[in-house]
Amino acid sequence: MSELLELNGLTKAYPGVVANDDVSFSIARGGIHALLGENGAGKSTLVKTVYGLVKPDAGTMRLNGSDYAPADPRAARASGVAMVFQHFSLFEALSVAENVGLGMENPPGPRDLGRRIWEVSHAYGLPLDPERRVGGLSAGERQRVEIVRCLLQDPKLLIMDEPTSVLTPQEVEVLFATLRKLAREGTSILYISHKLEEIRALCDAATILRGGRVVGECDPREVSAGELAERMVGETLTAPKSRNASVGDVVLDVAKLNLPPVSKFGAALRDVSISVRAGEVLGIGGVAGNGQDELLTALSGERLAPAGTIRLEGTDISRARPTARRRAGLLCAPEERLGHAAAPDMSLTENAALTGTVRKRLTRNGFLDWRRTRDFAQEVIDAFDVRTPGPQAAARSLSGGNLQKFVIGREVLQGPRVLVVNQPTWGVDAAAAAAIRQALMDLASQGAGIVVISQDLEELMEISDRFAALNEGRLSASVPTADLTMERIGLMLGGAHDLEAADA
Amino acid sequence: MIRLVRRPAPSRFWAALSPLLAVALTMAVGAAMFAALGSDPLVALRTIFWEPIFGEFAWYFRGQLLVKAAPLILIAVGLAMGFRAGVWNIGAEGQYIIGAICGAAAGLALYPAETRLIFPLMVAAGALGGFLWAMIPAFLKVRFGTNEILVSLMLVYVAENLLASAAVSWLRNPESVGFPGSRNLSRWASSANPELFANTGVHWGVVAALIAVILGHVMLTRHLMGFHIRLAGSAPRAARFAGMVPGRMVVFCLGIAGVLAGMAGLFEVTGPAGQISIDFGSGYGFTAIIVAFLGRLNPLGIVAAGLLMALTYVGGDNAASNLGLPVAAISAFQGMLLFFLLAVDVLTNFRIQIGRGAVA
Repeated sequence: MSELLELNGLTKAYPGVVANDDVSFSIARGGIHALLGENGAGKSTLVKTVYGLVKPDAGTMRLNGSDYAPADPRAARASGVAMVFQHFSLFEALSVAENVGLGMENPPGPRDLGRRIWEVSHAYGLPLDPERRVGGLSAGERQRVEIVRCLLQDPKLLIMDEPTSVLTPQEVEVLFATLRKLAREGTSILYISHKLEEIRALCDAATILRGGRVVGECDPREVSAGELAERMVGETLTAPKSRNASVGDVVLDVAKLNLPPVSKFGAALRDVSISVRAGEVLGIGGVAGNGQDELLTALSGERLAPAGTIRLEGTDISRARPTARRRAGLLCAPEERLGHAAAPDMSLTENAALTGTVRKRLTRNGFLDWRRTRDFAQEVIDAFDVRTPGPQAAARSLSGGNLQKFVIGREVLQGPRVLVVNQPTWGVDAAAAAAIRQALMDLASQGAGIVVISQDLEELMEISDRFAALNEGRLSASVPTADLTMERIGLMLGGAHDLEAADA
Repeated sequence: MIRLVRRPAPSRFWAALSPLLAVALTMAVGAAMFAALGSDPLVALRTIFWEPIFGEFAWYFRGQLLVKAAPLILIAVGLAMGFRAGVWNIGAEGQYIIGAICGAAAGLALYPAETRLIFPLMVAAGALGGFLWAMIPAFLKVRFGTNEILVSLMLVYVAENLLASAAVSWLRNPESVGFPGSRNLSRWASSANPELFANTGVHWGVVAALIAVILGHVMLTRHLMGFHIRLAGSAPRAARFAGMVPGRMVVFCLGIAGVLAGMAGLFEVTGPAGQISIDFGSGYGFTAIIVAFLGRLNPLGIVAAGLLMALTYVGGDNAASNLGLPVAAISAFQGMLLFFLLAVDVLTNFRIQIGRGAVA
């Protein structure tokens, strides 16, 4: 028989929501099986069940032909199931070998372990130095530590949860080569993602979840990405409409901006220069932690920049505070929704006042006009189809996608001259992401300059006119998106050090 | 297993109920403490909470209630602004003392002139003194990033020493024969802060506290500054994004608390206390911290909390003199109130789950 793992009628309900409803599918030995679905579709619950973190209410699993019901992750690992989580669980102060040893049931002696890490990591094209401290490793290298830790246990099934969200395109290629090699050697891989192109490039089978149910099985190599997306979302997605390409004068001009990092995990901005014209979308790509937060806070006015470095429609606003910049027409939407773009415990009305007081004239003599503020919040809710009981709801009671629509809508409806957004669709379901992108492009066609900072390259390719890469605080020169290949983008993003694809 | 599970939204029910539950728990544990000290706990609670309001001598105690509550409320309203914004001014006692010294000094410099302008001048001087004393931790925090908790607290002890030196030397009553303490300000018509209505305890400090409560409430709910204060406490990064400037917030919050504490000191020294003396600092500045939290950092809640705390003072004195309870037991009783309040407050944002919880 060729099936490694069979799931039969798995059901798991939480109060108020059925996370998995009668889920059945099987994973072939040596297959790379995609588990596809939006946020909240039940992917996490399902893999946690397989990994022994969640006990199903009903349903059975069979591994290698015998009953499989792991009581905890240790039992799952003993049966040959390993998992690489989206968020790494590594100790920064310890070495690679020590971290690997901590995650093993019966680690060999230190010298032996180091040698095996070196062997395995090189055999699979994921070179690692066992002695290095994890604190000094890049996100891609940290992921290798997690993968090598799993490989040392010789797993039969390797679960990968959104593994590429932190990787550059070149690192993704290396990872894929490794996974293909593993599959050829007989290891099955359960690959969780919502990035459709990746799944089409890598996987040979796919199960699509929606609302906790299996809504489709297919060979992803044979269907289009659009078709996959529609089955995942359950509605027809419209690609953003193209817009008139009339581009006006430069509205935002940043010249040789230098700024120290916000935290020790951030990156200093070095000689960053940006020029955005009216009606244009500039996409800024790059892996998180390369200066994105620094750039946004420098533009929003939360941190002041050296005089003469930031100009809005010719006026120097480098030393202006956030309120003055909003008055001038520069609006921002930070990446972190809860706690930065919005106050979690406050109502949507109060959150509308957070940025809207100047341009929407919500104050009189310093006193807030709560009725007008409430009307503005309602206007955002209506225009952006924010699903919520009303403006009195606390921000944290909204789902990620709905709150993001509110945050973006709040800025868009203020009619900015320039809008800067960081990760506008991070963790947002496909339908909301499409709405947000459309809103940004509509705003551009009305003559505003837009800066989109994002890690999602497909998104940047889709909506931006020009592209620049942020790497270790330096911004590359921008190039028209139409001239770009993924290959070229990868090189622009940098980070192309010590990569060697597994011998294919 | 007992676990705390975060609520999706803060519970209004528990936000309203938790102060009452804290009071109930304080009474229960306090009763046990009084029993351990050899008093009948029911009699002790009755002496503290019942007799001052409804007992035989209530006509005297009721006036005392407002006299004690006014400075607590005045100071707590100022502190609540800072506590809301995450500015931790623990030194209101020092600002209170310096306000009293500055106000008294301004008045005594003009002694024995007889004009109605002296009292308002003293109020202004007291407010300015408290303000400037609070600006020391504010400046050090904004300029050098020092911790305002430590600096403001340490300045209380500096203020106490200044008070002692004022009482024995430079503000000492020149007509007293060797006794420490200033002239009696409440007996000098120009500086006196008298009871405005007989037997009510209402003096100018009560009026000021009332005005502060109303203005504080309006500012927090309607003014942009109050909105930024609430934002700074609830989500500091979002507040900076909204345009709140952290340094200005520190100056504003410490400043307003200093002004109100300084005024409270002045009203006290010209009224109930009567003079600058070595033991003028009676701990109102510290107790006001409890009052601010007990009132949920809300000016209207602070009125109720201030009156309740004043009751424990007045009733505690009553219990100390009638039942022989040690004064320290009364302080412990007041401390319990803050302890239970903070403990019960967890229920506003979390619920208790007993048994094994589902893995999310």
